[in-house]
Amino acid sequence: MKKVIMGNHAVSHAVMLARTEVIAAYPITPQTQIVEELSNMCAEGKLRAKFIKVESEHSAMACCVGASAAGSRAFTATSSQGLALMHEMLHWAAGARLPIVMAEVNRALAPGWNIWADQSDSLAQRDTGWLQFYCTCNQEILDSILIAYRLAETVSLPAMVVYDAFYLSHTYEAVDIPSPEQVDKFLPPYRPEFKLDVDNPMAFGSLTTPDYYMEMRHQIHQATESVHQVLPAIYQQFSGIFGRAYKVIEPYACDGAELVLLSSGTISSTARMVVEKLNAAGRKIGLLNVRVFRPFPAEQLKNVLRGVKKVAVLDRNISFGQGGIFAQELKAALCNETQRPQVIGFIAGLGGRDITPASIEEVIERAQKPDASQHEVEWVGLKE
Amino acid sequence: MGGTERMNHEKTHENELVCSGHYACQGCGAVIAMRHALAALGPRTIVVLPACCWSVIAGPYPYSALRVPVFHTAFETGGSTASGVRAALEMQGKSDINVLAWAGDGGTFDIGLQSLSGAVERNEDIIYTCYDNEAYMNTGIQQSSATPARAWTTTSPEAHPKDTQKKNIVQILAGHKIPYVATTSIGFPDDLIAKFEKAKSIRGTKFLHVLAPCPSGWKYSSQLSVRLARLATHCKVFPIYEVFDGETYVINVEPEGRPVKEYLSLQGRFSHLTPRQIDEIQARVDYDWEHLLHKAMLEKFEFE
Repeated sequence: MKKVIMGNHAVSHAVMLARTEVIAAYPITPQTQIVEELSNMCAEGKLRAKFIKVESEHSAMACCVGASAAGSRAFTATSSQGLALMHEMLHWAAGARLPIVMAEVNRALAPGWNIWADQSDSLAQRDTGWLQFYCTCNQEILDSILIAYRLAETVSLPAMVVYDAFYLSHTYEAVDIPSPEQVDKFLPPYRPEFKLDVDNPMAFGSLTTPDYYMEMRHQIHQATESVHQVLPAIYQQFSGIFGRAYKVIEPYACDGAELVLLSSGTISSTARMVVEKLNAAGRKIGLLNVRVFRPFPAEQLKNVLRGVKKVAVLDRNISFGQGGIFAQELKAALCNETQRPQVIGFIAGLGGRDITPASIEEVIERAQKPDASQHEVEWVGLKE
Repeated sequence: MGGTERMNHEKTHENELVCSGHYACQGCGAVIAMRHALAALGPRTIVVLPACCWSVIAGPYPYSALRVPVFHTAFETGGSTASGVRAALEMQGKSDINVLAWAGDGGTFDIGLQSLSGAVERNEDIIYTCYDNEAYMNTGIQQSSATPARAWTTTSPEAHPKDTQKKNIVQILAGHKIPYVATTSIGFPDDLIAKFEKAKSIRGTKFLHVLAPCPSGWKYSSQLSVRLARLATHCKVFPIYEVFDGETYVINVEPEGRPVKEYLSLQGRFSHLTPRQIDEIQARVDYDWEHLLHKAMLEKFEFE
């Protein structure tokens, strides 16, 4: 059934369809409508879940950790400062191998106070052990939540579905909402092998000596890496049931391109329009949308970029003293390649500053200048 | 509540859910508290352990000194993690399982107070226990807001001991108007066991504040733990009482009314006190006791 809904409500519908059992949340703009809608769904009996109205995001994640450890499917949603406050418990969820799913609406961090789109909040959590998926439209948001649960429960790791504040969270688009029967076929109930069970008592998260700790971390790393094998099959099953196909990275017109533009989230949507226009005029510009950030799809990117001379990375985030985080990760992925492309990092759209088609064209032109690679980090649209 | 009965409890429980081989110090009050609590609650109990001495006492991976499921969680999340466990059990239709959040004074009075208050305000169906050893013992005896005025700790050295009173956690919890708040102590095992049994039978949040003396932190010989816990009550330093629905106060143990000096003088952490400071502590203890009597609507103590 197609409905015109905002990005936030796409999450709510997906969480309901996933038959999530425990939701714990604290309000923060621009996430609030997700949990408002979920609280309505619970109140009206459309969703049989326990909704815990906690007193902070830190507690929201702690509740999810407790619920997931006790064997229930758990969900929360947050943004910006809320995610920053949650940081400690993100480690707890991943370390305890709990497949919690969270919607994370990309919003800038204060000060100064800013509620608009910026990826620095989610990317600052890249080392917590959470899988990260970046969405370009509302349909993808709904689908990604379902896929995230399926994947998280397969590899025993938590997953966050990430999308831009307002550009998606508050924007209405037509979304195909699948039937509960379809979703049940794709996403079976959560039945963990190990959980808090009085009939089979075990201790979880005990004091762990140097004799064991490193192996546990290694297992988390392996589980994260296993996503490269597991996810394509899940995407394929998803497409078989729902008719929509997804890939870890989406290359467009990259074969033989004189320049490839790499981006994520809604920037990719705008960029596609620009690239289509330029290519129609005879240019050869490729576009690479990166959907999965953790685990980082290094092999897939290397394959696509083999033979490409230049890559311009458009980052709506900044790691101070280094540059854009996607650019940084791409450089790391390519550094051992003998024939590697030049990677030019562009910082744009921080704190919700518009990334217009004109600014994307500007990035392409600047990246193609012969001296472009001399600049490690380029800023787009910066006021002098 | 005769002495013989108490001694029997001390020796053995039908349900001994704390195993030997745990990592506690000799004479640790927190282990005695857990033994009695779990004996009362039984094996259908899930323990949520935020960072505290018990994170270590429970034993390292892959061992556990408890015969019930345990989830170790972050320092400030006793209330919230336990809420999540309860929610999951509710969704699974399991209503006969106790969810026991078991935290020290640091995890309760200080860093955990927000998530505790949140859980308590929601009246989550959990038993939250604070075993109180009056400092951050797990990290090496640093001052907490449960540390009594004038006590030595490694962050309140003798030259600059704690200059504020111990936070009244029971009053804070009673202020949330939950069904049951009570103090108890390893010095009175019958009382402790009876209170955990009562807590088991009440729906909503139960908060139990258990005095658990610490030989290394309080600087006394380990055989004195139970004696000190009893003295704390008999000197009115740690009165044993209940608060129902945040309104009704009931005092459960009649103190013998011994001078506070008797309690203080057995502990190295108070050895620097001057006679005048001991008098000041005595005055504060007397004042607090009168205050409690008023709350219990007693002119003077009448033990039933």
